[in-house]
Amino acid sequence: MKPTDTANPDYFHKVVDCQWACPAHTDVPEYIRLIAQGRFGDAYMENRKSNVFPGILGRVCDRPCEPACRRGRVEDKPVAICRLKRVASDHREDIRSRLPKAPATKNGKKVALIGAGCASLAVANDLCPLGYDVTIFEALGTTGGLMRTNIPRFRLPPAVLDEEIGYILDMGAELKLNHPIESLRELLETGGFDAVFVGTGAPRGKDLEIPGRGDSDRIHIGIDWLESVAFKHVESIGERVLIIGVGNTAMDCCRTSLRLGAKDVKVMARKPRGYFKASEWELEDAEEEQVEIVVNHSPKAFVIEDGKLTGMRFDVMEYKVDDNGRIDRGTAVDEVVIPCDDVILAIGQDNAFPWIERDIGIEFNEWDCPVVDETTMMCSREGVFFGGDAAFGPLNIIWAVAHGHEAATSIHRYCQGENVEDRLPPGINLSSQKMGMHEWSYSNDYDPAARRLMPHVDLKQRFKNLDIEVELGFSAEQIVKEVERCLNCDIQTVFTAKLCIECDACIDICPVSCLTITANGTEEDLRTRLSAPAENTDQALYVSADLPHTGRVMVKDEDLCVHCGLCAERCPTGAWDMQKSKVLLPYAGDQPIATRAKSSAA
Amino acid sequence: MSYIGKPKVTHPGIRRNKLGLTPRDYEGTVSTLCAGCGHDSVTAAIIQAVFELDIEPHMLAKMSGIGCSSKTPAYFVSQSHGFNSVHGRMPSVTTGANAANRDLTYIGVSGDGDSLSIGVGQFVHAIRRNLNMCYIIENNGVYGLTKGQFSASADIGSKPKKGEPNRQEPIDPVSTALSLGASYIARSFSGDKEQLVPLIQGALKHPGFALVDVISPCVTFNDHEGSTKSYKHTRQFYHHVVDMDYIPPAKEIRAAYDEGDAMPVELHDGSRIVLRKVDKSYDPTSRAKAFKYLREQFNAGEITTGLLYLDEERPEMHELMGNTDTPLSKLPYESLHPGAEELRKILSGYA
Repeated sequence: MKPTDTANPDYFHKVVDCQWACPAHTDVPEYIRLIAQGRFGDAYMENRKSNVFPGILGRVCDRPCEPACRRGRVEDKPVAICRLKRVASDHREDIRSRLPKAPATKNGKKVALIGAGCASLAVANDLCPLGYDVTIFEALGTTGGLMRTNIPRFRLPPAVLDEEIGYILDMGAELKLNHPIESLRELLETGGFDAVFVGTGAPRGKDLEIPGRGDSDRIHIGIDWLESVAFKHVESIGERVLIIGVGNTAMDCCRTSLRLGAKDVKVMARKPRGYFKASEWELEDAEEEQVEIVVNHSPKAFVIEDGKLTGMRFDVMEYKVDDNGRIDRGTAVDEVVIPCDDVILAIGQDNAFPWIERDIGIEFNEWDCPVVDETTMMCSREGVFFGGDAAFGPLNIIWAVAHGHEAATSIHRYCQGENVEDRLPPGINLSSQKMGMHEWSYSNDYDPAARRLMPHVDLKQRFKNLDIEVELGFSAEQIVKEVERCLNCDIQTVFTAKLCIECDACIDICPVSCLTITANGTEEDLRTRLSAPAENTDQALYVSADLPHTGRVMVKDEDLCVHCGLCAERCPTGAWDMQKSKVLLPYAGDQPIATRAKSSAA
Repeated sequence: MSYIGKPKVTHPGIRRNKLGLTPRDYEGTVSTLCAGCGHDSVTAAIIQAVFELDIEPHMLAKMSGIGCSSKTPAYFVSQSHGFNSVHGRMPSVTTGANAANRDLTYIGVSGDGDSLSIGVGQFVHAIRRNLNMCYIIENNGVYGLTKGQFSASADIGSKPKKGEPNRQEPIDPVSTALSLGASYIARSFSGDKEQLVPLIQGALKHPGFALVDVISPCVTFNDHEGSTKSYKHTRQFYHHVVDMDYIPPAKEIRAAYDEGDAMPVELHDGSRIVLRKVDKSYDPTSRAKAFKYLREQFNAGEITTGLLYLDEERPEMHELMGNTDTPLSKLPYESLHPGAEELRKILSGYA
């Protein structure tokens, strides 16, 4: 193999699995260290820089970081990254003076943002400080989009939403509530905007066209029903409720039902466990509340007797799973009727753009969705940008924020007459963390503590009303333990081949056997010859230049390194050093800086 | 030394031996030697060797004297027996221990000062008795603990960090052991575990005195330009003559050896040592030829390594003395002590 190019900013970024997996690339280890130091405000600001809504995301993020967390490979449970984000938010001091501010003089460019959800707000967050005149058009009478209408209050209190959305509106974005855009053509032709951003989400819940669908008013579309509950148009439901579908919306529907008077709530899943769309922790939370999840039931018909919904007919399914874990379409082996008073359909949602004319230069694809560039977020009509669920279908909040940053960068370039495809590359800075003989700037010892469990409001208490937030947040003792579980993967092991005397000290001390000195070879060959099997091919091998004494190479399997720094401590020549990598992510208005893509390693 | 211990976390795919133990179970405390010390690599080689031999920790006794080398038994197999003796006296303490309990596996770790200066008399008599032990000399040519004076193994012309080059003849432990009739003589290098680990395994299994002289650079006082025991110098003049593989009992010899180069030797417990001649002219069964070869190589400045001499036939101490197979420590008091009356009878024979 060729020596690893550590000057490529992506190399060390990938080692920070959580940050790499996060669509917004939040610097997780950095904010966890700040929490460990009790610097909650700094931790909040570190979060806000990339993900804009730490308080919201600290409660309801889909957490792509956690399955990626290295701790989950070394032991079995990842660091509770999301819960720690909430810690930063819960314990921060007043940070309002540290928020970006709009300049007194505007830059003369006007931007329209359609929808007041997370994507549009993220765009406003980036553009207002640059002097843009930003107007947000919202169809409903309140902000937040699906964050407010679809996520129940017992998971995300309105006060949290109001505060973090308020930070952005306070920068001077003009908010037009109850102002649906009914024609994009009209807005483009008469609005006088230099750019338009569409962040209208995926607002149409999928329907289930099976016999009986039109014969009862007790069959609800999940996201519409949740919205009605959010606006208090619906305040009760029958005693027996069936939820069709087993995604995260289904979890919100079943738990909301329990709070509106339902006694017997069943989530009906077509497939077996392991093939559910819902996040593992949302399933756990629902099951804790005694929601029954019924597997292998495929909906067949609604049972209507005397014009009244009395139950639902299901095919009982059997599936075959092949060696790769792929499941077949299944065969019906039986049929059952399950009695119920209400049915809530939570089987997915679609984009809908009835208000975008098809002849205004915006190309639509075969699914009737606009064709959007994945990097620039611009559609085929120049100056019109998409983000969030409106761009590529339902994703989640953190993706919408990531889209918002990219769209803001594009809008800025577009309005300044620059090529939107011409974007700054990410950079990386490396700095040694050595403080003394065997002292590092970070807590390098491995703490074998298990993942802390989130304390919940007592089961007897929590159903009293919809506003009781179930998760209480970590206690001080839990915070102290959980922060130490982070492996500080951004404190990189950086190797300088010319200093190595091949004494083997690093190899002998490494607790997880990730180092080897051996003759060079192809990657496939090297992976079979290391101190411990290097079977995870998603994780890189860090290969050095030829070593001066023997011409062999130092190979590090990045997979399971716990970043304890002992290799660097036992190194007599400083060939290994622990250096913090700081990924420099370009945002709208950033200038190229000298340190980008520059490494301090020789 | 480090402020933190080696974290207990391990690679999830870590190997286990027949006892269900991992290499981590054969570790000791974290080393307090200088970072980069060759001795730490020897410690790692011992851990690997003992782990792979499936030795039960309580059946191992680690013996040492004084010096950097002699600190190292604290760094491996925490759950074994150990004795840190007076400077240079490890061989006689081991003799006593072995006399009392021949069932244990004895590993002595010594240095060039401990074995070739203050303890050289003890060293040669342990060889003479063919004491059943693995005797490792971590040889770095200097007294590290007292800040780097030349030891008895320093080569003529080797330069110190400060001051004059060495002028006195070195004592070579390998030639010394050969001349005294040691039955297993090896030399290796701390930076070459592929060679060192099997040599230690063979030494642990060999019934009799097994010497492993390991060039183990002192990274603080003897790893500079002009030193003949530095990492760089050793790598440059390092010369494999006879490598070996240790094959446990009942395991097939799988590796393909060229005819004439491989020499399998069966040990008493059914395990085998396969010697692989790198230099075909070398004869590891002839003391005279081996001695001649070693001197020639030494004069040419080469560092000859491998299993340099092996004699599986020579009786070890207990056999020479006709001792009982049962360790003395396990014999009942009545058998060990014939009683005053019996003793008087014996003594009366000398009256």
